[in-house]
Amino acid sequence: MLGHLDPAKAGAGLSQFTGAFLGPRLRPFVYQVLLAAALCLGIWYLVSNAAQNLFELGIAAGFGFLSREAGFAIGETTLLSYSAADTYLRAIVVGFLNTVRAATLAIVCATVLGVVIGLARLSTNWLVAKATAGYVEVLRNVPLVVQLFFWYALITESLPGPADALHPFPGIFISNRGLVFPILKLAPVNGWLVAVIVLALIITVAWILRPSSTPTSRDKRVGIPIALAGGLAAMLFVSASAGIELDYPAFSGFNFSGGGSLSPEFTALFLGLTLYTAAFIAEIVRAGILAVDRGQFEAAYSLGLTQRQVMRFIILPQALRVILPPLTSQYMNCTKNSSLAVAIGYPDLVSVANTTINQTGQAVEGIAIIMLVYLSISLAISAFMNWYNRRFALQGSRR
Amino acid sequence: MRPMTTLGISAILLLLQNGAAAHAQATAAALLKKGFLQCGVNTGLAGFSQPDSHGEWRGLDVDLCRAVGAALFGDARKVRYTPLTAQQRFTALQSGEVDILARNTTWTIARDTGLGLNFVGVNYYDGQGFMLPKKRNVKSATQLNGAAVCVQPGTTTELNLADYFRAKSMKFKPVVIEKMEEVLNAYFAGRCDVYTTDVSGLIAARASRAANPGDHVILPEVISKEPLGPAVRHGDDQWFDAVKWSLFAMIDAEELGLTSKNIDQHAKSANPVIQRFVGATGEFGKMLGLDKRWAHNIIKQVGNYGESFERHLTPLGVERGINKLWNQGGLMYAPPLR
Repeated sequence: MLGHLDPAKAGAGLSQFTGAFLGPRLRPFVYQVLLAAALCLGIWYLVSNAAQNLFELGIAAGFGFLSREAGFAIGETTLLSYSAADTYLRAIVVGFLNTVRAATLAIVCATVLGVVIGLARLSTNWLVAKATAGYVEVLRNVPLVVQLFFWYALITESLPGPADALHPFPGIFISNRGLVFPILKLAPVNGWLVAVIVLALIITVAWILRPSSTPTSRDKRVGIPIALAGGLAAMLFVSASAGIELDYPAFSGFNFSGGGSLSPEFTALFLGLTLYTAAFIAEIVRAGILAVDRGQFEAAYSLGLTQRQVMRFIILPQALRVILPPLTSQYMNCTKNSSLAVAIGYPDLVSVANTTINQTGQAVEGIAIIMLVYLSISLAISAFMNWYNRRFALQGSRR
Repeated sequence: MRPMTTLGISAILLLLQNGAAAHAQATAAALLKKGFLQCGVNTGLAGFSQPDSHGEWRGLDVDLCRAVGAALFGDARKVRYTPLTAQQRFTALQSGEVDILARNTTWTIARDTGLGLNFVGVNYYDGQGFMLPKKRNVKSATQLNGAAVCVQPGTTTELNLADYFRAKSMKFKPVVIEKMEEVLNAYFAGRCDVYTTDVSGLIAARASRAANPGDHVILPEVISKEPLGPAVRHGDDQWFDAVKWSLFAMIDAEELGLTSKNIDQHAKSANPVIQRFVGATGEFGKMLGLDKRWAHNIIKQVGNYGESFERHLTPLGVERGINKLWNQGGLMYAPPLR
C-alpha cells in the first residue's frame, strides 16, 4: 500500500498536518495541554510516592483522624466553644477562628494607624515628620518574631500577678494574665441578633463613608443611610437592653472568673502585628500621595478648596489607585505573619494544626490543611481587594 | 529554624523520598558511608541533652547517641545532633532527617504504631508532675482548680493534663508554648501558676533555671507513667537491633560491674560473660552488623548506664529511684548478651 502513495502528495499532507498542528492557532493550545499533563503527572508521582512511603513506614494516612477526639486543651476560643473531648476538626476550626480574629483586628487597626502615620510623615511639622519616620524605620527593620517576644515579655514580666492586679476602674483588672473586664451578658438568641445588627451597622457606616470622586454625589446619598444607621443603632439598644446584665470578673483561687478577657498572648500578637504592619502601610500611603502629580494640588487649591477638601476629594481618591494593590499584599502578609503566634503560645491555626500533626503523626495531611486554609484566606482577601480596586480604577483603564 | 519551616521541609521530604523502605534496609551501611550519625535530641533539657559551655552536647539521651556512634564507627564523637522541639521530632525521624530520635520521648502505643516508629527500649522511667511556687501554699494537685498551666504542645504531657483535669472535674487554662526556653520563661515570669512536664524535667528546670530553686515545689502526685526511650523508623530491623543493643549493653555493663575505667582491665579476665561482652568470644558484633568490639567501645568511650546517670542527672539532684537496676530494686533490666 505504501508503494502506491505518491511521495509528493504524502509529503504535502504531512506538512499540512504539522502545519495545522503547530500553527499559530493550535500551538499554544498544544503546549498548554502538554504542560497540564506534565503537571498532573508530577502531582500524581508525588501523591503516589508519599502514599507508598507512608504505607511502607506503617504511618496512618487519610483525613479520618479529623473525627477522632483531640484530647488536648486550647487556651482561648473565638465564638466556638471547645473542650478536650471535642474532635480534631473542631480544634482546627477553633484555631482558624483565632487566626481570623487576630488577623482581622490587626488589619483594621494597622490600616487606620498606617494612614495616620503615612500622612504625618508628609507633615511640614519637623518633629511630627521625623518622629513618624523614626517609627517606620525602627518597626519595619526589626524582625516581627523579635517584636512579638518583646511585647510578650513586656506584658508577662512587667505586670503584677493576678492577686495584685492593677485596678484602674471598677471591674477592670490588668495583670500578667491579661486584661479582664465586665461584659454584657445576653441570652444566646439576643447575642446572635446583636451580632447581625452590629454587622448591618458596620456595613451601613462603611457605605456612608465610602470615598467618592465628587463632593456633590456624596451629599445626595447621605440622608437615607444615616437614617438607616440611626434606626439600626436604636434596634441594637432596644434588643440588647431586653436581657441586659453585666458580668463582672472576680478573683478567686488562682485566676479571675467571669467577665471577658484579653490574654497576654493575644494582646502581644495583636500589638506586634498591628504596629509592624502599620509601618509598611504608612510607607504605601506616603508613596501613593507622593505619586499624585503636583499640578493636582495646585489646581485644587486654585479652585478655593480647603486643605481638608483637597485631600478628601482630589488627592486621596487618586492616591488610592496607587495604594490599593500593595495594600492587598500587606493584608495577606499580615494574615500569614499571624502564624508566628505559635512562638508566644497564641493558639492560632498553625499552633493547633502542629499539635494535631504531632499527636496523630499525619504531617502531610496537616500541612495540606494549613496551606489550603491560608490559600483560601489570601484568595478571599485578594478577591475583595480586587473588587474594591476595580471601583477606583480609571474608567478608561478598566479591563 | 522556624518550626513551620522544619515541619514543612520534613513533610516535603516525606513526599519526595523514593522508596523509603528500600533505603531504610541499609541504614547502618549508609551511615558508615556518610561517616557520622545524625541524632535528634531535645533543644535543651538539662541532664538529657543540652550543649555545655564548649558547645558539646551532654546528657543521658546524648550518651545513647554517642554509644551508637561508638558501636557503629568505633568512635563516640562521630555523631551530629539535630535539636528538635516536641512538635518537630516525629516528622524529623519519619522523613529521615535524623537516624535516631533520643529526645526524652514517651513510648506509647499510638507512637509505636500510627507514627511508624519503633521504640528500642527505655532509658529513663519517668512520670508527669506539677511544679509551682512554694508561696502558693498548695499541697496537692487536687487543689489546682482554675489554675493557668504552662505546658509544651505535641507531648503526652499535654494530653495527660487534659485527662487529669477532666477526670477530676476541674478547670484549667493551658498556656501552650512550643520552645522549652519560652515556656519556662512564661512560668518563671508568673504567666502561669503551674508548670507541668515529666518530673525529671521539672527537677532539671528548677535546678538550672530558677533564681532560687528552693522557691518552687513539685507536688507529690505523679499523674502518669512516662517510659522515655530512643526510637528509630519502621523498616530496618538490623538498625533497630543495633540501637536496641547499644542501650542494653550500657545497662548490662552496669550489672556486670564494667565501667569506662575498668573495662580494659576486665577484658583480660577469664570470666566467659565478660569475654562475650567485650567480643573476645562469640560473634555478636557480626550478628548486629557491627564491629566485634562494639560493646567494649561503648563502655570504654561512653560508660555504663549508671555512669551516664551519675554524670548528668545526679548533679541536678535527680534520684536513681525506679531507674536503679532490677537487682537493686529498680526497673532497669536488659536481656543478656549471649
